Formats: sequence, C-alpha cells, structure tokens
Amino acid sequence: MANISVFDVIGPAMVGPSSSHTAGAATIGYLAGRLAGGDLSEVVFTLHGSFASTYLGHGTDRALLGGVLGFAPDDLRIRESFAIAKQRGIAFRFETAEDDDPDIHPNTADIRMTCRNGRVRTVRGVSVGGGKVRIVRIDGIHVRFSGEYETLVVLHRDMPGVVAHVTGILSAAGVNIAYMRLYREQKSEKAYLIVESDEKIPPELIDRVREHPAVSDTMLLEV
Amino acid sequence: MAVDFASGAQLIELCRKENISIGRAMLLRECAQTEASEEEVRERMRSALRIMRESAMRPQETPVRSVGGLIGGEARDLAGQKDPLCGSLLHDAMTMAAAVLEVNASMGVIVAAPTAGSAGVVPGVLLSMEKHRGLSEEDLLEGLFAAGAVGYLLMRLASVSGAEAGCQAEVGSAAAMAAAAAVCLCGGSPKMSLDAASFALGNLLGLVCDPIAGLVERPCQSRNVLGVADALTAADLVLAGVRPAVPFDEMAQAMQKVGRALPVSLRETAKGGCAATPSGKRLKEIIFGCGRP
Repeated sequence: MANISVFDVIGPAMVGPSSSHTAGAATIGYLAGRLAGGDLSEVVFTLHGSFASTYLGHGTDRALLGGVLGFAPDDLRIRESFAIAKQRGIAFRFETAEDDDPDIHPNTADIRMTCRNGRVRTVRGVSVGGGKVRIVRIDGIHVRFSGEYETLVVLHRDMPGVVAHVTGILSAAGVNIAYMRLYREQKSEKAYLIVESDEKIPPELIDRVREHPAVSDTMLLEV
Repeated sequence: MAVDFASGAQLIELCRKENISIGRAMLLRECAQTEASEEEVRERMRSALRIMRESAMRPQETPVRSVGGLIGGEARDLAGQKDPLCGSLLHDAMTMAAAVLEVNASMGVIVAAPTAGSAGVVPGVLLSMEKHRGLSEEDLLEGLFAAGAVGYLLMRLASVSGAEAGCQAEVGSAAAMAAAAAVCLCGGSPKMSLDAASFALGNLLGLVCDPIAGLVERPCQSRNVLGVADALTAADLVLAGVRPAVPFDEMAQAMQKVGRALPVSLRETAKGGCAATPSGKRLKEIIFGCGRP
C-alpha cells in the first residue's frame, strides 16, 4: 500500500459511474483485447459475483466491450461501444455465471475472444477497487499481473533456456525488469512468462524473443 | 530529497522540518516515487482539474439523466434556487457536488476523488472557494495536492472503499480531503489542515453505503452535497480556533474499525438502509424489472 500515487487518490479520470464496475471493467477489457492481439470476430463475456448482479446499472457491459475495442477508461466512446462493435462486425454477448466457486472475487469477468483467423484466447480479469485490476488467467493458466507496468507476455513450451533467452535480450537492451514470473500447466507443457518492466520495451525486441523455438506467441502490453 | 510519510503525524513533522505545506509535501512525494519532474506532475493534476471543472459546471445548464433514471437535473434546480438558506459559498459547493454526481451517473467523464461515488465533494469545495475567495489555478492545484495527501493517508491507514467500510470511507474521506485543502488554502498550518480532516471524518463516522438498486445515484448524490457541508463546517471550526479531541491518525483508525463493524448489508451490497426500504425496493423493481434500464 506504500506505493499509492496522488493520482490513485485524485483519479482516475474515468467514465462513470463506478471505479470498480466501470473504469476497472474497461481496463480488464482493454488488457484482454491486447492479449487477443488480433482482428476479432466474436467476444463472449461471462460475469461473476457483483459484476453479474449489478452490471446493467453500472455500464459494466459497455465498459468491458469498450475496453476490448481499445477504449481507455476515460474514453466517452465506451457509452456507444455496442454500436461501435456492430459497425466493426464484432459479435458479442454477455452471460452471467450461475453461482460458481465461492472463492472467486466478486468483480470477475471471463472474456473469450475469437479472432477472424479462428484463434481463440480467453482471459480472466478481476477489478480489485479504485479502477485497479488484475489479470488472473490466460487460456486457463493462472497468472497474475496488473497492466500498470509495461508487460511482456511470452507463451512457450516449458523447457530450459527460455527465461535466459528473454532476460538476455532485455538486459542487452538495457531494459530493467521490475517483476518477472513464470506460470505453467505442468512440466514440459504450455507456460507463460510474464515480465513487467519500468521502461518501454522496444517492439523490435519482441521479434528476437520469438526466434527461440520454444516460444509460440508474445504479447506486449504498453502502458 | 526522498520525501515520504506514512501517517498524519509524520506528514506534520515533515512539513515542519522542510517548512512546506501538505500540498507541497504530496507533490514532492509524487516526484520522488515516480521520478517525474514537478512540472510533469503538476500538468497531470491540471488535466484532472479541467475534467473536474467541466463536470461541476455543465449540468447546471444542461442536465443529464442517469443510467438508472433516479437522478438528473438536480444541479440546475440548485443553481436556479432563489434565496437559499445556506450561504452562497456553501450553496455553490452543493450545486457543483450534485453536478459531478449527475455527470458520473450518466456515464460522463469525472475524476474519482477518492472514488467515483464521492467525486463531487473535492471539486465542489475547491471550485466554490475559487469563485468566492478569488483563488488562482495554482491555488487550486495546491488544494488538490493537499486533498491528495489526506486521501493517500486514508487509503493507507484505513480504506476509501464503500464495500469495505461504508459511505464514511467514501464521502467521509472526500470531506476530510476537502476540509484539509480548504484550511490549507485559507493559510492554516499543516496541523490545522489535519485537524479539519479529523473533524470532517469524525462527523460522518458510521455513515452507511446503501445505494438504491445498487446504483451510484441515490442517496449518493445528496450524500455528496452533505459532504461539502461537512468539509466546510470542519474547516471553519478549525479556522475559528476549535481543536478536535481526536487527532487525524486515530480518527482514521476509528473509521476503519467502525467500517469493519458495519454489517455487510450496509457496505455497498444494496441490501440495507435506503436500498431496503419499500420505496428503494420498488425503484429497483421499476429499473430492473423490465430488463435493460
């Protein structure tokens, strides 16, 4: 709690009415859209807990969809996100989860995105208050990051050398790593490396990260 | 200078040692934490002020209806009121606080301060003081950093979440922030600013969060109107020389403890208080009974 900024107090600037149910929802959608990283054809949102019971009056649905479309929490286009998605030919629907895991955070959304090339990505995000969020699952794998830092997500097959490959490229470019975590399904299976950085990660580094044979996909979330 | 403070007492001590205001202490802390320049941080605050001003003014001329339909037009009603009981500074602050909540509830752009549901109090007090006390933009920025210092301490020592600690943590915190800023802008010392924050917070201890239909509309808007009165009366108490019995840090702890003692039904679940009255339940039925509002 020590790293509270004055703009966490006087802020965020946001489309109302709720920092958790509107601004946080937009940020979850935004990060999910970036993680999908493609031309979307369909988005399905599954809302849990308080999101499920109060989303209508808080515009949580418009904010989530607006975020997926790339709108920041203070972008007034959030209000028109349904119409804009239709114009862009993106099908969308909202479902509410029937009472699920009691341990699930009350402000949770699962977002399933299908790209026009057929690729599917699922993201689970949690709105933790004051507009702050955590991404806690990607494609079913448990992860944890906030999107407040420049974030590099590397999907790869769990094998020796991937972390050294990525950190080698970053350190050679003078990028300071703030946090780094590795998440995997099980040994030798699908794994995610999440790197949060203080500095901008130059996009040209990403191409070099992809050169490793075990790396199958990368996503860069810019601040 | 590595500026930081973790309590009101430390903030007062830092201000005494460096001979600076609480607003300046918060600005320097931000620069130290983010490695940004003073001008960068001030520019960011200026842009928050612009949004606050827009949201406090526009609904006075052009009312906006909320998503749930429970509010809309109150700012214009207040702005047009002839011969109000409250004095003009307080009355203008009430009007602007109501306006910000109107914008918020209609999915317009606001600045959370410290939350969206309590976003009217700080701009209401500061912009009304600007009008009646001739404050400059620099003064307003100083006031926002002062308010930010108190809000940061409340986030750290207690909570500003209605779901955690009720409306006392939202409107109560906003009023404490605005009271400290008001005293600071009237030339009061850092200690006096925190005394005003203690009065404002203490006077709303126990206030519950009970939004009708779960929406940030009623009673949230009128609670923001109450918040500016709480802030300005607390500031006047201190400026008149009255001292609170309980210092700010202890009052923040008390607020957090009271918040924990509140039943879940009175912490933003829309299951108690105003929300659970026959009228509250009927309005919920009207709003959600036929699908999308």
